[in-house]
Amino acid sequence: MAFLQTSALFLVLLVIFNTQCRAVTIEDEDDYTIKSSKTDAGSTTNTSGDAPAGITTLPIVIWKWHHVETPYLVALWILTCWLCKLVSELNHKVTNVIPESGVLIILGFVLGGIVWGADKAQTFKLAPVNFFYYLLPQIVLDASYCMPNKLFFSNLGAILLHAVIGTCWNAAAVGIALWGCYEGGAMGDLDIGPLQFLLFGALLSAVDPVAVIAVFEEVHVNEVLYILVFGESLLNDGVTVVLYNVFDAFVSLGGPKINATEIIKGIISFFVVAFGGSFLGVVFAIITSLMTRITYKVQIIEAGFIIVIGYLSYLTAEMLSLSAILSITFCGVCCQKYINANMDEKSVITLRYTLKVMANGSETMIFVFLGVSAIDKNIWVWNTGFILLTVLFIVVFRFMGVFFLNWILNQSRLIPISFTDQLVMSYGGLRGAVAYGLAAILDEKKIPEKNLMLGTTLIVVYFTVVLQGITMKPLVQWLNVKRSTQSDLTLNGKANNRVFEHVVTAMEDICGRMGDNWWTRNWNYFENKYICWLLMKKEARKINDKILGAFHTLNMEDARNYVIENEKKGSLEFIRNYDAASVDFKKKLALDYADIMPDIMADMSDYDFNIENVPVTSVIRNPVPSVSMDIHEQDMRNMNGELNAHHLLEQHLYKSRTHNRPTYSRSHYNTTQNPEEVQEIFQRTMRNRLESFKATKRSVSPANKKISKHSKNDSTMKTNGKPVDPHRTHPLGDEDFEFSADSASSSEAAANFPGRSKNRSGAGIDNPAFIHEMDTSFPMRNPPWQTGTSMNLAPSQRAEGRLPWTPTDLTRLSPMMADASVDEEAPEKHEDKPGSHNTRL
Amino acid sequence: MGSTNSTLIKIPNVEELMQETGFSTAHIIRLHDRFKELDKERRGYLCPRDFEAIKGLAINPIGDRIIGAFFSPGRETVDFYTFVRILAHFRPADNSRPKESSSPEPINSRTNKLKFVFQLYDLDKDGKISRIDLLKVLRGMLEMQVTEEQLDSIVDRTIQEADLDGDDAISFEEFRKSLEKVNIDHKMSIRFLR
Repeated sequence: MAFLQTSALFLVLLVIFNTQCRAVTIEDEDDYTIKSSKTDAGSTTNTSGDAPAGITTLPIVIWKWHHVETPYLVALWILTCWLCKLVSELNHKVTNVIPESGVLIILGFVLGGIVWGADKAQTFKLAPVNFFYYLLPQIVLDASYCMPNKLFFSNLGAILLHAVIGTCWNAAAVGIALWGCYEGGAMGDLDIGPLQFLLFGALLSAVDPVAVIAVFEEVHVNEVLYILVFGESLLNDGVTVVLYNVFDAFVSLGGPKINATEIIKGIISFFVVAFGGSFLGVVFAIITSLMTRITYKVQIIEAGFIIVIGYLSYLTAEMLSLSAILSITFCGVCCQKYINANMDEKSVITLRYTLKVMANGSETMIFVFLGVSAIDKNIWVWNTGFILLTVLFIVVFRFMGVFFLNWILNQSRLIPISFTDQLVMSYGGLRGAVAYGLAAILDEKKIPEKNLMLGTTLIVVYFTVVLQGITMKPLVQWLNVKRSTQSDLTLNGKANNRVFEHVVTAMEDICGRMGDNWWTRNWNYFENKYICWLLMKKEARKINDKILGAFHTLNMEDARNYVIENEKKGSLEFIRNYDAASVDFKKKLALDYADIMPDIMADMSDYDFNIENVPVTSVIRNPVPSVSMDIHEQDMRNMNGELNAHHLLEQHLYKSRTHNRPTYSRSHYNTTQNPEEVQEIFQRTMRNRLESFKATKRSVSPANKKISKHSKNDSTMKTNGKPVDPHRTHPLGDEDFEFSADSASSSEAAANFPGRSKNRSGAGIDNPAFIHEMDTSFPMRNPPWQTGTSMNLAPSQRAEGRLPWTPTDLTRLSPMMADASVDEEAPEKHEDKPGSHNTRL
Repeated sequence: MGSTNSTLIKIPNVEELMQETGFSTAHIIRLHDRFKELDKERRGYLCPRDFEAIKGLAINPIGDRIIGAFFSPGRETVDFYTFVRILAHFRPADNSRPKESSSPEPINSRTNKLKFVFQLYDLDKDGKISRIDLLKVLRGMLEMQVTEEQLDSIVDRTIQEADLDGDDAISFEEFRKSLEKVNIDHKMSIRFLR
């Protein structure tokens, strides 16, 4: 509650402040882009009015409220709305009962009341223009971009039936029924004709995606039900707007002029607008996907392209008077697969989060403003009969429509939609801001009872969002609706899914019928052959496989869990202080060298160690050759965990060398990582892991062979490798070399790994996880003559000046990591890293 | 209706078949027509090559296994009865019919569907999906997209996921467990057999 008070207080201040300073009346602070020209004009006149009068001396500070008024108010309102969301989230007891959207509306009432109290008029309300141009597009884009694609398309028939037929039915039924009641005298004396009633029915037929998402996300119904309600709400917005426009045109034409031709034109325009919009969306989706094939060059704004092109698809459709909502919906749905594959993983995450921020932000504003807008004496025209009947018809006809359409669908559905699901679907017909927005743009000249309609729409919205929202959860529980089951991603699941698909398709073939799977298969074939070729980058096409994708994701998850788990235990703390770690490694190196080759050390002590430029990984790699190799059986399970963590560990470690470089860059996420270096390190370690793993896994016979080979190699390493080491630490020195390493030879080298991981416990680097980082393949294959670069990597005074390396730090890690990996990784053994290696390449 | 009856009469044991599989008369007739269509030489049974002639099956990566599933070991023919029985695995489960505890488990039950898939993997019929079994299936399905190493590691991981007793193979019990959360009924049913 403290927050509520604070924000309320804040708002009071704002309003008072605002009233004092008001010179330009702003109907709606949100209206900034549209109004800004006006306001700018106003403020310039203002300032020009003020300034010349008073200049007698040079002012040091000038009060320029009018300069910033509009954007300032916009920003403040955004902040206020978001604070409302914060307030609503503070107490979960409230949001457990009332859905968040309902709480926001109620808070909106409070805010509206405050504004009303201060201004004696509702100066702020949700202007349709703002809603349709600045608040709605990102919500739809986000929803469609995050749409579970497969589910959506496999239920597309049902969704379309509900969205098109259902919406038309709702519009017509509500309109006609209301008109009938009006004729029957249930509403007293109103100036509304049958066409206006139909128009009203049309604007109320939109099931609002915003409200639906807000409520259904909280109740977690099963996914088919969710996609039906959600998909319908998304598509029927488009349909509603089209219907609305058609009826609006009819109303403008006036009753007498409407003949069969006009009606046919209306129907044609309905289909042209709806399908034209969808088609335009697909075109824009193709453009987006093609763009992402090349945007990796400007990775930092890659995500922005998607948003802007999506928005453009919305505006273009609007410009061509096609359905903008359908356009942006199909743009998002169709491009998601390709852009996700094309873009860098970071960009995908950025895009996802940016969209979420924008969508959630504007969703919050919409609900708050739906509340604020209500506190306005001027819009309320009360007509009990009209309002009550509207609410009643909305609910009743929704139920009838849904049940009838589902009955048709169930005739042919594989899994029929159950009765309870149908109930929830009907009950989920929440109306929202789209209806309000459409009501608000009604033309008062054509529709004298606009305010009654607007008020009724608001009541309907409150009724559905707040009341139905509140009762939705208990209803779902009471009906025992099948909830969504959280199915874990498993390779088994994915692989078997594929088998199921093939089996069912084969059976359809045997039965000689073209079933659903026949279509799926042919579409997949077509998509893989042509569409992916057109829209995807070459690299992206390679990894575009579900099983591989699952494999990759699982591996990444393992790695993350592993690090998190171990961080909790504190055993990886040096990851966090990697600066110290890098120094330690160098110090260690210095000691090593001092042991092994005192003479070289002496020679090199003059050289600067050049810490900034030395990749730590390349430094720490060096101690390996000097490690003595005890060949003994490893407990493989212990190592799994470490393998999983590699990716993360390596990233952390690798960064450490970059500390002295500039950390901020305008155009890159992280300039300090030279992409080639990263790639190189990644490939090398991955290859190593893959090979070492295989070797250890096929334990006894091949490993023995390899290990013996390895010990031979090791000896060569000792004789040959040591003097070379200093060269190798040069960042460029190992690069040429590593890329030349083919997998065969590295496998041989990597076979060493099992024997290596536990040795030299006293020396510090006995954590197997880190030994992986060290590329043993390269000491063997890096003869002195190949790396002529320099000796400048000798341990320097500077390195020695830092904290000394404490071997115990790392020895301590070893058992803990082993424990952890036994706990978590036991069921899935070793094959983790190679997969990510493969999928990444 | 005359033609319907005459078709039915030609099929031996049709009552029993319908009882066992749960197919309606219309289904049986449709399947019988299809059976005759596949049986180009009018022998009254199908051979593997009859199946191989189906275009879709030829490009199906696990097509040969599926064909194999129709033939019990050592036999080279499949009659209509068996043909229908196999296809009955893919009839969607009907919730409307009350379950009689006394009646034997229907062919299209979850377990039977799973068993059908399981024996597709398990070519050597040792009751376990071994590494090699899985490798072969996955290689077929992933085709060119992966290298041998990747395939190896995927197979290993898949086995590890499901393998509970550590024998490096998946028994039917383990197979069933690993797919516990999957809606088999949904995935292994064909709409027009409903």
